[in-house]
Amino acid sequence: MSATTATLDLSAPTVPLSRIVKVELRKMFDTRSGFWLMTSIAIAALLATIGVILFLPDDNFGFGAFGTAIGVPMAVLLPIIAILAVTGEWSQRTGLVTFTLLPHRTQVITAKVIAAVSVGIAGMLVAFAIGAVGNVVGSSIAGVDIRWDTSLGDLLKIILANVLGLLVGFMLGVLIRNSAGAIVGYFVYSLVLPGIFGFLAATQDWFEKIQPWIDFNFAQTPLFEDAGPSGEQWAQIGVSGVIWLIIPMAIGIWAVLRSEVK
Amino acid sequence: MGQCPSFGQAGAMITVEHLTKTYGGFRAVDDVSFTCRPGAVTGFLGPNGAGKTTTMRVMAGLTPATSGTALVGGVQFRDIPNPGTQVGVLLDASAQHAGRTGREVLTLTAMTMGLPSSRVDEMLDLVSLSQSEAKRRVRNYSLGMRQRLGIAAALIGDPKILILDEPANGLDPAGIHWMRSLLREYANRGGTVLLSSHLLHEIEVIADEIIVIGQGRIVAQGTKAELLQSAGTFVKAGDVSALANALATAGITASPSGEGFSTDAPAEEVGKAAAVAGVALVELRPADGAGLEEMFLELTADTQRENTGTEGAQA
Repeated sequence: MSATTATLDLSAPTVPLSRIVKVELRKMFDTRSGFWLMTSIAIAALLATIGVILFLPDDNFGFGAFGTAIGVPMAVLLPIIAILAVTGEWSQRTGLVTFTLLPHRTQVITAKVIAAVSVGIAGMLVAFAIGAVGNVVGSSIAGVDIRWDTSLGDLLKIILANVLGLLVGFMLGVLIRNSAGAIVGYFVYSLVLPGIFGFLAATQDWFEKIQPWIDFNFAQTPLFEDAGPSGEQWAQIGVSGVIWLIIPMAIGIWAVLRSEVK
Repeated sequence: MGQCPSFGQAGAMITVEHLTKTYGGFRAVDDVSFTCRPGAVTGFLGPNGAGKTTTMRVMAGLTPATSGTALVGGVQFRDIPNPGTQVGVLLDASAQHAGRTGREVLTLTAMTMGLPSSRVDEMLDLVSLSQSEAKRRVRNYSLGMRQRLGIAAALIGDPKILILDEPANGLDPAGIHWMRSLLREYANRGGTVLLSSHLLHEIEVIADEIIVIGQGRIVAQGTKAELLQSAGTFVKAGDVSALANALATAGITASPSGEGFSTDAPAEEVGKAAAVAGVALVELRPADGAGLEEMFLELTADTQRENTGTEGAQA
């Protein structure tokens, strides 16, 4: 510290977003639990791949089968990764330091979204790579032709669906700000809610008509079909996404900006 | 940006004006005003739950004020660019991810501020955390080690202002001595320090200026010398009861303190009263801090009584 200038330098450069993203990425890996959560992406992909090789009838082998099997654990892991990236600041109380060093909280939340989505996409690519190896190995063991029955477009749609799931997790983290609560919230959203909506759709005609527009899970099903979403289906993803993602996220961020960091 | 900041009071680096923070009907901080100047260590003294932490949290922008302002360097904390490099803040040494190593905590802090990683080793040296201790996870740290880590994080950006909440908590006597020299040197170089404590002794040892807070209100503030001076007179005689009578006759209210009496009356008046009564004094001097201590004990007692009622949930 220089003794001559006791005043603060208010024209000093601010912290760039890219630096905060780097810090947030590092924070996702630098604890034992964080490290193993990340590693679990590869482990889960590997287990799913081995499962397909062991249990799928040989003539059904193809990259699509591996991609589908790998998608199941990813749909659980990625939202949890996103949730913990947010809630850790509250449950581990690191927010006290984070939000003191970076008082503009939207910047921190933005950096966390970027970091979580990057990890999600990278994780999906790693998982697909493991699935591809599984496809080659499995087909060779079974003695069948190696089939690449999934187009790049299909892969991108699966990645998009998983990123949307990750963002729902992130939203719940921001909104609930408690690890256990947000994870439970995610399972209610992804496991309980579709059942309730399905029952409503089966019994109420009016609900069946509007379900694709208000049920975010349901609206995303075309992402896993070869034909892909039609124009109307993309609109349904957008509209239900506003309800289940954009609005609650906005409320969550509003609350974070006003909340007291304890 | 770039223009000279205007200060509430000439030269003040921290300016708190009429700060109030209420939680429902409870006033955690009640119309608090004070300033901290560069080159001095300002001690923020008060019992637990008096409002010290809330005041400091408002300063750091973590808690919104109900009314009033807390300016750091003439501006709101959130308007300080890259604040870690200008204001070092330690609010709770235990608020760290238990699974990170001490070194990792400092590395993240340095990265956020855009500092080279060499600063991490410099800070570990400064706060006497060894390399092997730095590799341990914070979960395995004693409170004293967490405090050292927190002080390292506060100092890593080479700030001009330090805001430290209970930094001596958990430090052993040698640690407190170390911190005292560290902060003294820092202030001598022109730095501004605000540190809180619920222990009078810590504040007396470290601070130049003292702000006493109780139940959200400031009850006394001034330089250490001023506060000790206003503490009144200590008087002692061989014949205790004769002295008590002499003081009573002269209309001086005094309370027993150790083997003598302490009183708010000036020394001259006390001396005259004793002389008139022909009581030989053994000691007659300004009470050294006893007044402050008594005031503080009173404050603590009051707060504790209150605690059982209105603010039991806060305790």
